[in-house]
Amino acid sequence: MASMLRSAFRSSSALRLQASSVVTMSPTLALARRFISEQTRSAIQKAVDSSPVVVFMKGTPDVPQCGFSRAVIQILDLHNVPPEKLAAFNVLEDSELRNGIKEFSDWPTIPQVYVKGEFVGGCDIVLGMHQSGELETLLQNSDVISKPPTSDADSDASSTSTPASS
Amino acid sequence: MPVSLDNLENAIRTSIPVAHLEIIDTSNGCGENYAIIVVSEAFEGKNTLARHRYINDLLKDEIAQMHAFSQKTFTPKQYDAFLAKQA
Repeated sequence: MASMLRSAFRSSSALRLQASSVVTMSPTLALARRFISEQTRSAIQKAVDSSPVVVFMKGTPDVPQCGFSRAVIQILDLHNVPPEKLAAFNVLEDSELRNGIKEFSDWPTIPQVYVKGEFVGGCDIVLGMHQSGELETLLQNSDVISKPPTSDADSDASSTSTPASS
Repeated sequence: MPVSLDNLENAIRTSIPVAHLEIIDTSNGCGENYAIIVVSEAFEGKNTLARHRYINDLLKDEIAQMHAFSQKTFTPKQYDAFLAKQA
């Protein structure tokens, strides 16, 4: 007993991120889960790259079909993420996407948020980052939303005097 | 198949040293929705994404059977700060 506890403790202190748990699933299911088709993978990659902010969710931003998806959209709204920089994919309309995205991201739940092609997290993480201020920083650094002017006489003066070509 | 609270607790406690663990059944008893709070020194030096990935992996089989799963992960120090803020 004591040795069991000790070994559990030892292996945990390193917090190995590689799977140590043995997966007990039917072989076919395990196989299906491990290998999403190359076609699915590249379709998802294309979706991930389609916009600076990409959300895989249940429902649509206007009509979310799940509280967690709704929360993520509301948080992005709070940060004034412009619609043209946000792409949302409804996994309920595409069962291949619904299953594929979990393996693609190695993340078991929906919604999933990507910023600039990088996986950020699900609802818990996005909410936590919103509360800590990290989300705002990430969105600003990714040029999704603009940084607040730090002071009047900042280096921005030169760039604002140049009118954006339209 | 519903996931039992004991399963979740065992899976976590046998893998990492746990300073505090809360498992909340948010499903009104059907066993498909859980929210957990894990406080562990094993999270020291790991960012939130890495911590969540670790827990997701630990509970892979259980989460696959759930409808909803939500988690909060803290180091003991962060948890103290969290409690202080709540008070």
